[in-house]
Amino acid sequence: MSLARRSASVEFHQVTKAYGQVIAVRQVSFVVEAGSLVTLLGPSGCGKTTTLRLIAGLEMVTSGRILIGGDDVTRLPATDRDVSMVFQSYALFPHMTVLENVCYGLRASGQPRDRAAAAARESLALLGLSGLDERLPSELSGGQQQRVAVARALVLEPRVLLFDEPLSNLDAKLRRRVRGEIRDLQQRLGLTVVYVTHDQEEALAVSDRIIVMDHAVIAQQGTPSELYREPVNRFVADFIGDANLVKGTLERTDARLGIVTLGGLRLSLPHREMPEGVVDVAIRPEAVRLDALDGGNAPLVGTIQKAVYLGSHMEYIVDSPVGELFVIDPSVAAPLPAGAKVAIDLDRHGVTVV
Amino acid sequence: MIDRNVLAWAAVGAAAFLVLPWYAIEDGVFTVTWLARYPGDPAVAPAVVQALVHHRLWLLPAGLLSLAPIVGLGARHGRGRATVLFAAGGLGLAWVAVQGFAIGGQPGIGIGGLVVVTSLLMLFSIGLAEMGFGNGDRFVSAAIVVVLALVLVFVFFPVARVLAAAVRDDGGGLALGQFWSTFSSREIWGLDCLTSRVGCGVAWNTVFLGLLVGASTTALGLAFALVATRTAFPAQKVLRMLTVLPIITPPFVIGLAVILIFGRAGAVTTFAEWAFGIPASRWIYGLPGVWLAQVLAFTPVAFLVLIGVVEGVSPSLEEAAQTLRAGQWRTFTTVSLPLIRPGLANAFLLGFIESLADFGNPLVLSGNYSVLSISIFFAIVGAQHDQARAAVLSIVMLVFTLGAFYAQRRWLGRRSYATVTGKGDAGLHPPLPRIVRGLAYATAIPWAVFTAVIYLMILFGGFVEAWGRNHHFSLRHYTAAFGVDVTDSGIRWTGAAWNSFWTTIEISAIAAPLTAAVGLLTAYLLVRQRFRGQTAFEVGTMLSFAIPGTIIGISYILAFNTPPVELTGTGIILVICFVFRNMPVGVRAGIAAMSQIDRSLDEASLTLGARSLTTIRRVILPLLRPALVAALVFSFVRAMTAISAIVFLVSANYDMATSYIVGRVENGDYGLAIAYCSVLIVFMIAVVAAIERLVGRRRLGRRAPATVSLEGIPA
Repeated sequence: MSLARRSASVEFHQVTKAYGQVIAVRQVSFVVEAGSLVTLLGPSGCGKTTTLRLIAGLEMVTSGRILIGGDDVTRLPATDRDVSMVFQSYALFPHMTVLENVCYGLRASGQPRDRAAAAARESLALLGLSGLDERLPSELSGGQQQRVAVARALVLEPRVLLFDEPLSNLDAKLRRRVRGEIRDLQQRLGLTVVYVTHDQEEALAVSDRIIVMDHAVIAQQGTPSELYREPVNRFVADFIGDANLVKGTLERTDARLGIVTLGGLRLSLPHREMPEGVVDVAIRPEAVRLDALDGGNAPLVGTIQKAVYLGSHMEYIVDSPVGELFVIDPSVAAPLPAGAKVAIDLDRHGVTVV
Repeated sequence: MIDRNVLAWAAVGAAAFLVLPWYAIEDGVFTVTWLARYPGDPAVAPAVVQALVHHRLWLLPAGLLSLAPIVGLGARHGRGRATVLFAAGGLGLAWVAVQGFAIGGQPGIGIGGLVVVTSLLMLFSIGLAEMGFGNGDRFVSAAIVVVLALVLVFVFFPVARVLAAAVRDDGGGLALGQFWSTFSSREIWGLDCLTSRVGCGVAWNTVFLGLLVGASTTALGLAFALVATRTAFPAQKVLRMLTVLPIITPPFVIGLAVILIFGRAGAVTTFAEWAFGIPASRWIYGLPGVWLAQVLAFTPVAFLVLIGVVEGVSPSLEEAAQTLRAGQWRTFTTVSLPLIRPGLANAFLLGFIESLADFGNPLVLSGNYSVLSISIFFAIVGAQHDQARAAVLSIVMLVFTLGAFYAQRRWLGRRSYATVTGKGDAGLHPPLPRIVRGLAYATAIPWAVFTAVIYLMILFGGFVEAWGRNHHFSLRHYTAAFGVDVTDSGIRWTGAAWNSFWTTIEISAIAAPLTAAVGLLTAYLLVRQRFRGQTAFEVGTMLSFAIPGTIIGISYILAFNTPPVELTGTGIILVICFVFRNMPVGVRAGIAAMSQIDRSLDEASLTLGARSLTTIRRVILPLLRPALVAALVFSFVRAMTAISAIVFLVSANYDMATSYIVGRVENGDYGLAIAYCSVLIVFMIAVVAAIERLVGRRRLGRRAPATVSLEGIPA
């Protein structure tokens, strides 16, 4: 199967979708490059699923334009868009066997039965589902159902493949594996994939680019590392990875950098055009270094409130003059006990003015 | 890019305009005799000849407008072309309607006109779809437009004719004062029964009866549905058949049977007098009798609705409740029952409305307890012949029905009851709580027995010389009705009933699939699509159910006896009457079942490149089989057993079984009437069984409950 040559870009130009007074998507513009995997990420009700359904043609825009592969598809219904979707509930037809489910789209587009069956078997094999042809969906495990849903969407060689929270019905171990499989498949076949999730870890793991949505608008878009390292606002900082949001004061030193004061600590950071004075600062949990303080002194001193041993790392809650900090520490050999006084230092790569 | 749909419909319209006879042909279009006079004779000429040769120039715009979209063919998908289609179709339709009403001296519209109108409707809907209506889906847009057009012509237009009669005096002038005095009269709204022995107004009587019947049939229907699907009751099949019996019975037959049992000369009455010395009385005539007969008649409606819903409740939800530490009782009351709620509301609504519109049972049994349908009937056929009063009474009835409809929507609210989801749904329904099981058995079984007794009475009645007087065995009623002579020259159908029997089967067989199709299509539009004016659409499609058959009958005669749509005396008017009378049953069954199928299944099908039509055929219909069976069965048997509307519409060529039987009853020929009824009932049992087998049961791949086998257990 070579889908790469069929994969197409998706473009949104100033798209708005309103249901009466309620605006689900407001003036959204973005581009999904052909052959890339882009995640729509955000809390529930942020408009990400509506955006996905707008791409599919299951909803029609109120205003704006949608282009797939450069063609204007704004007014085309779902049937004509050459886009396939994997539903959160999988939406496998319960009265059809696995093979009938996968054949469905091919038969609907007029392929003869034997050719459709051959293509369907190939697609099922691609997803490691050979031999389940005659089962009914109710006779499959959750993971198998999910893969049947993917096979059913893939067999049509769509220009764009859409995933609506495809992992939410799977258990955690399976989730990690299946998301890896989806990413492999996407890269192997060069698919254009738009993927909706509310799980930031999932988004970071699979995406070429992430579009973070909040309250019907795009909060930020970029590569996973851009979003993680340079969140544009408190919302993104908090949503992508954990972040401790504290207050600091900013003095500009040049066109790019400034000095941020946090308690007794002074860090040189990009000021990102923030006004001088009190600013919000986002601190990643793994950017905080804790050292046991035996009677000495340090610029910033805190007290361990809680210490949790998680095998691969430690999690601490630390009380400090700038506020409560959540800390992840990879050194588990000599954990700090609750109640201990610690010197707090920050790695400036995990600290951002927002 | 040339749009094939537009081209095809424009071509069809143009061809019909040029070739097919525009007006209706006297002997019917399927006789070939008219071809001899074609195309010159103005009775059979196509529209183009009518216009150019016979000076009916006003027909020209219809043809031109159906061709207009071809001008825009070259244009790409866009607003301009959409507007052309929309305007040409709309103007064409409006023109055909206006010229039909405004220009007298024309015959009724015929096959040519019909095809041109269809083509205009299609062009209009394609235009609407391209303007974004129905999510841009042509099938959806066309379906909405067609259903709407049919409902307008065959429900609203006739009813409007009748309602106009409510505010007109004999001379045709406006008479609002007369309307108000009739409307506010004590005969309708009086409350004297609360304070004295005088009866209440007919409106209160009807509502009280309707509420009583609605509640009773819903409770009984639920009991039957639970026993039939959730218990290990040994005779479930029999139970299913038994409950179907009353709907395959012409309504007045149940009334007659109730009289045979409880009337002054009835079996129970005679026994009570003999055994306990209770003097025979006429207590059954009035509320008790009508209630009993209606509950017998309409419980199966509730059962048919509820069985689909009870079966559709996802076992995993109930299993989830059980794992959440809910006992059987709690699971039932907090999960199963609320999930059945849409079905309960539908069943109650159907029972209430059926009771309101029922005509046969009150006719036989109501005595002094007057109800609306009977009052309307007598207002028209009685000595008074007061069309205005009948119209006023039917307005009252309409208000009640719409009230019930509104209440149901309010009560159901906006909760989602989707229980057949796209995920595989394995699991077992839990057993019913003991109390519920006991209650279900305690109500369903005696009622089933009672029903059986009623039917034995009917069957027995046909084989005796004369009921109540001479109980000797006799076949004379059967030979009189269904005698067959086998002679050398072939079989001769000598029985008096054969003619009406064959007609009834033919008409019902044509009407049933049409009714199911229109009903389920409407349900699909209501549940699965969102479009402007949907609520009005829903009310409009349900309206024909709210109107008693009597009014429908009268209104069809008023509306379709004269051009432009001339149908009286044909079989078509009977078919149309059945389709639009019975369509709401299909709609209701479809809505109840469809709201339990998760939407993502349709959406998946759409994104897989299937059109709406394919989606309906391959995904929705297979999952809707119980509703499809219900709609087919119900529309067929209702067509075979209907009486109130069709007594006005039958003609010498098209006499129906029920109107024939009523004629026999009027002549006092009870034996033949009951014999005929028995034959109808047996015939319809066979048909129902055949349809159920043909359409089959839904395949969901749920686990079958483990059957406890007694074999192999040591004694």
